[in-house]
Amino acid sequence: MTRRAPVVVASVCLASALTACSGGGAATDSAPTALNASADLSKQSLTISIWDGYSPKDLPERVKAKLGFDTKVAIHDTNETIMAKLTAGGDSGIDVAFVSGQYAQALNAQGLLEPLHRDLIPNLKNLYPEASQLAYDKGNVFSVPYTWGTTGLCYRSDLVKTPPTSWKDLLEPAKDVKKKITMMTTERWLALPALKLLGASVNTTDQATIDKAKELLLKVKPDLLAYDDTTFGDRLKSGEAVMVEAWDGWCPTSEKNIKFVVPKEGSDLWADTMVILKSSKNKEAAHAFVNFILEPDNHGWVPANILYRIPNKAAMDKVDPKLLESYPTLAEPPSELLKGESLVDLGEASTAYTRLSTEVSAAQ
Amino acid sequence: MVRSRHGWLRLPFWLTYLFLYAPIVVLVVMSFNRNKSPYTWGGFSLDWYGRLAENDSIRTGLVNTLIVAFGSTVLSTVLGTLLAVGLARHTRSRLLDALSTLPAILPDLVIAIGLLVFYSTIKLTLGLHSVLIAHTVFGMAFVTAVVRARLSGMDTSLEEASRDLGAAPLTTFVKITLPTLAPGIVAGALLAFTLSLDEFVIAFFTAAPSEPTLPIVIYSMVRFGVTPEINALATLLLAVSFTVVIVAQRLTRLTEALR
Amino acid sequence: MTARQPARLLGKAAGRVATMGPGFGFLTVFMLVPLALVLSYTVFRRGRFGGVVYEPTGENFTRLADPLYLDVVIGSVKLAAITTLLALLLGYPTAYLIAKLPARWKVIALVAVVLPFWTNFLIRTYAWIVLLNSEGPVNSGLKALGLGPVELLYTDGAIVAGLLYAYLPLMILPLYSAVEKLDPELREASANLGARPARTFWSVTLPLSLPGVLTGCVFVFVPSLGNFVIPELLGGGRRIMVGNLIRDQFLKARDWPFGSVLALAVIAVLVLLLFAQAWAARRAGRGA
Repeated sequence: MTRRAPVVVASVCLASALTACSGGGAATDSAPTALNASADLSKQSLTISIWDGYSPKDLPERVKAKLGFDTKVAIHDTNETIMAKLTAGGDSGIDVAFVSGQYAQALNAQGLLEPLHRDLIPNLKNLYPEASQLAYDKGNVFSVPYTWGTTGLCYRSDLVKTPPTSWKDLLEPAKDVKKKITMMTTERWLALPALKLLGASVNTTDQATIDKAKELLLKVKPDLLAYDDTTFGDRLKSGEAVMVEAWDGWCPTSEKNIKFVVPKEGSDLWADTMVILKSSKNKEAAHAFVNFILEPDNHGWVPANILYRIPNKAAMDKVDPKLLESYPTLAEPPSELLKGESLVDLGEASTAYTRLSTEVSAAQ
Repeated sequence: MVRSRHGWLRLPFWLTYLFLYAPIVVLVVMSFNRNKSPYTWGGFSLDWYGRLAENDSIRTGLVNTLIVAFGSTVLSTVLGTLLAVGLARHTRSRLLDALSTLPAILPDLVIAIGLLVFYSTIKLTLGLHSVLIAHTVFGMAFVTAVVRARLSGMDTSLEEASRDLGAAPLTTFVKITLPTLAPGIVAGALLAFTLSLDEFVIAFFTAAPSEPTLPIVIYSMVRFGVTPEINALATLLLAVSFTVVIVAQRLTRLTEALR
Repeated sequence: MTARQPARLLGKAAGRVATMGPGFGFLTVFMLVPLALVLSYTVFRRGRFGGVVYEPTGENFTRLADPLYLDVVIGSVKLAAITTLLALLLGYPTAYLIAKLPARWKVIALVAVVLPFWTNFLIRTYAWIVLLNSEGPVNSGLKALGLGPVELLYTDGAIVAGLLYAYLPLMILPLYSAVEKLDPELREASANLGARPARTFWSVTLPLSLPGVLTGCVFVFVPSLGNFVIPELLGGGRRIMVGNLIRDQFLKARDWPFGSVLALAVIAVLVLLLFAQAWAARRAGRGA
């Protein structure tokens, strides 16, 4: 027994020494490395991490044909898991990651992102001017938006008595929709309806406001069917739920009786972005890839196939008008979208939101 | 006569298997449903199996998972069995007992993040090997525990007799101890294999982004709901595993008969 | 006899190193060191945007005293305990009967227990959702019988069912391993001495298989406590377990230091549990 104790002590000492060396998460110098604009890209390769179904299946082939290098596509299911992988220090093996805006902001604050070399991404000009002024990254210093949208209510027009118009319809549900509504679990979006109903900002760090929001959320919990971030579309289709809190791109409006509405109190503006990791050994290829995505024909795959809105003016102008007719959300001008509040990382206050979500989920 | 004594045990026995296979029946049926939604039957169809054959990422994931599962099971079983014997025969330390089972009680996220940070500190490039090592860590704990359960209070007279007759410890181990332990080793290995096959959290963090295991591929696809394509995969996996087991059974009986 | 003792002692040391050396060596490098790395975060701070800042602080430990976390732990322990009990009630008879099967059926029966788990956890869980939800087969059957749709999903019962389903093999396999070795002659002797089957079970079979029972219980209880997917999917996120707490701190709040403290607290309690199990198992083993 005593023979083993030294082993345990030794490993703790070793671990402490390693911790001091690894320096995981400490902010490092974020000056851009010098890149070679005429580097031979065929000698590089690219690994990207993205959500499943968010890019064309033949993307590697397209990239190879136009740019000459191999692309590997890794998939992640949530922002949270890819964040943990990227922040654990060291080289994750990923060159370009697709993460939502506020997470890109956090990655940059930890010194993990390569500042973008604008001369290598001329297609930035294709973006709407507003897309370069989003609050989490003004001027596209470290990220380029890939898709954007808002959060609202997705509902069955045939199963609700009155179409919803306000966040109140979710948080103080009418009798006919009780037990048939869902809310999201991710803490920022869990709090959003309550914050908006209170007239507060989605980026508020005021504890009193957050507490008031918590009260609203606790009050509605017994009337909810479930908290759901992923399968609310299926629930609507089956009729198990009749009204759900949803992101616009996820709401299956292709179904006959499913409609999407942004409540009158307003909502957020989320953006999924592309970022280049500082640890990448293929930075020129990464920049070329981002530039490639911003081509109208490439970026246009997104609205045409998965019905998400993109911040690329050149691409949106080329979207098939028939498509815009069938999906009014797609046709909405960006000015509508930009009424929403852009989500930013809240620094230390993030833990207040995690606490909010813990308290709401734990309440019985 | 022995049968009737166990009559009342039959109920939980069959209930267990019914419980274990109820959702399996559902997913097999769903894999043949033309409709994507499980709530409406759209007619019998093999479409999803066709889609499955074309899905590269699933194929890669499956191969990677099998490599990791077999590799980590072999390593876990060897290390774990030795450890169990050592704990039972060569020490009375409860601290060591607890230490050997520690990986089984650690939250998987802790193991996952701990190993990722460790790998990055020693600058180990990620790959299937990094997942294999991670899976061996907890696989070992399960093998050790299961084999220990068998060793506990086991009759040591045969082993002692063998030693008294002059056999070297290694011979005693191989010829006497191991065969008696066999059912425990098989149960432990089976457990380690099963756990590795379907493990997501640790695999996600310790795998290279370009070499995912099957659970990683499937979890990441869940964004748009479970498609019948995945149910088709599960059904195929079941059919193949079942066949392999039956064949292996027949083979062992054949070799025994031939001895 | 005395002349052989030094040789025996050397043999003993060699035996120790040969059997436990490789295993503990492996575990030290790949479990203890990584664990120490993560637990070292407990004394440091969360960076403003996540990550770890290496400034020592004790605030993570003081935050632990919040009753919110205790409530979650108690709720989790309750559900995990119920799951473990049900697993034992279903698992023991199953393991027992498998052990009594003729050899050719034993392996098939054992594999049949784990075969469902060679598919995918998420798929199986979604299959349960299909089974249990208000439009699914179980409720349709109940509706036909006039027992009306029952809210099966998004309840604590659904969580227990899901956990039981996920971890039942972890009860059955160790139990099988322990029960299979039991000498049937002991039971026959007991019967011949006039004891009824129930008495034989309580006085002979159960004590002898206790190490397996304890192992099985730990293997079901612990992961049930730490599972975070089932409370979300089958419980509808209406109840969180200890696993969700830890996951949320590491992944959502990106507060690795506090997540480590929570993990440390949970691990400490579970290690005590392990010690208790090891102590009881050794006692039972000696008594045989």
